[in-house]
Amino acid sequence: MTTEREPGSSMPLPSLAPTEFVGSSEPTVVSTEPSPIREFLSKRGSGRLADTSFAVVMLVCALSIFAIVLFIFFILISRSKLSLIAFGWKFFMRSAWDPVSGDFGALPFIVGTLETSFLALLMAVPLALGVAVFLTELCPRSLRAPISFLTELLAAIPSVVYGLWAVFVLVPIMREHLGPFFAKTLGWTGLFGGANFGVGLLTASIILAIMILPVISSLTRDIMTAVPNSQREGVLALGATRWEMIRTGVLRNSRIGIVGAIMLGLGRALGETMAVTMVIGNHAEIAKSLFAPGYTLASVIANEFSEATDNLYLSALIEIGLALFLVTIVVNAIARLMVWAVTRGAPARVA
Amino acid sequence: MGVGIQVENLNAWYGTTHTLQDINLHIPANHATALIGPSGCGKSTFVRCLNRMHETNPIARATGVIKMGDLDIYKDASPVEIRRRVGMVFQRPNPFPTMSIYDNVASGLKLNGFRNRRILDETVERSLKQAALWEEVKDDLKKKSGASLSGGQQQRMCIARALAVDPEVLLMDEPASALDPVSTSKIEDLIFQLKSQYTIVIVTHNMQQAARVAENTGFFLNGKMVEFDSTHKIFTNPRDKRTEDYITGRFG
Repeated sequence: MTTEREPGSSMPLPSLAPTEFVGSSEPTVVSTEPSPIREFLSKRGSGRLADTSFAVVMLVCALSIFAIVLFIFFILISRSKLSLIAFGWKFFMRSAWDPVSGDFGALPFIVGTLETSFLALLMAVPLALGVAVFLTELCPRSLRAPISFLTELLAAIPSVVYGLWAVFVLVPIMREHLGPFFAKTLGWTGLFGGANFGVGLLTASIILAIMILPVISSLTRDIMTAVPNSQREGVLALGATRWEMIRTGVLRNSRIGIVGAIMLGLGRALGETMAVTMVIGNHAEIAKSLFAPGYTLASVIANEFSEATDNLYLSALIEIGLALFLVTIVVNAIARLMVWAVTRGAPARVA
Repeated sequence: MGVGIQVENLNAWYGTTHTLQDINLHIPANHATALIGPSGCGKSTFVRCLNRMHETNPIARATGVIKMGDLDIYKDASPVEIRRRVGMVFQRPNPFPTMSIYDNVASGLKLNGFRNRRILDETVERSLKQAALWEEVKDDLKKKSGASLSGGQQQRMCIARALAVDPEVLLMDEPASALDPVSTSKIEDLIFQLKSQYTIVIVTHNMQQAARVAENTGFFLNGKMVEFDSTHKIFTNPRDKRTEDYITGRFG
């Protein structure tokens, strides 16, 4: 109940014709003293200086992002000059990685990075959406906080701990149970052939999927929570089932935000170093089988930086960094394009 | 054609608040029925019981019998089936912002799996004409988002959306309270047109509106229905003192 006036408790007015005005009969007491509030407000300045300086400070903050990105790009290029001169832009298309004879190429690492990241997304996105839908739409209120807390806790675990867990738990499971199962059921695809040592692309993808799951699910949950209830009711009132309501009223309205959440997850997967290095096998070769050991851009830098004794080797590793930088930019650009193509003409979000 | 609604001993709660107490009333088919009363008196809860929207709130519950024709809506059907037959228009227009005007109006049919292009086209046109919006939007049905319309247009689109699934009953919860006078009068004209084909229940704070569009009016106060009678009787010669106090502006 809102605070309604009870019948007859106030306004003891006679029945009013619409043209009579309330209040004209009882003049309020007018103070002759100057109002302290007006005086206070009149002494305040125009605020123009404050607003201008605020705008300038914010502009500097925004520009610093550009500056940092440009600076990193510049450093990466200048430090990888040796390798750039030796191999040219072909560096990104070559498969050789032989520090002894000084022959370098980034292709196996680029492929390894993209492969593990996309496999991780493939596994994590449906799961994360499921978690978010459950938390916002289906979960009993008492369970909501504990589950949200647990998902967020998952995001706070350092990646080396994930790596350790993967080495001691996931790798044996992969070697003895999951791997043979995949080989038997999906062996015909050719993606699960060859020797299975437990470490390799698939294991790295699974650990990546677990790591990006909380990022995607908690962001998606926040976005779905922000969808106004009037949207849900609007769909329900048309005779929608719960699933139809979630699809039309919630998921559809949050699709841009969900893509953003997926992008953040992908960003983390592309750059994740420690846990991946521990379980991917660290072998610079492009293999068809997901059981095969691989290498990613981030893990080769982490793994070999301390061993890079000659200048060309070091320069090639820095160029790997440049490759990671470019891969991230290109992937993000493609994702933005996709969002734009899907939502062309439609407004971005719920008002 | 609409269908009459018989309400018997309806009680509703939000948590421990007893928001509706022993409501009994008959809403005749193909007429407009207005519900008036001060804020928080239970009128919105009442209409939300008529399409079982009330129970979407986990802490809400209701008891009693509501019959649409011979159908006991709480016993003989699921809420989803009821809502397909009872359309609803909300206080604030709630267009689906990611959909075009066309898709907004067709959304009820589409989500129920209706795919026949020709009938969809016809239905969208018919509904928008019924909602007096066709002339204003026919040129950019598929180009413009439903959210790009003005508030009054959005509300008429929402009415078209509700009409597109061809309901027997149309519930309107203060459909014009967020709109300017011109849009309001358009919506009132609309209700006047529509009531020959649908049973309309309209909640309103505006007593002139009730007087203009509805044959029957119910007055709610503190969760109880104080009086239900022909609109003329309610506004000229109410039986209950509280009704008279309310309509003469003594409170509320």
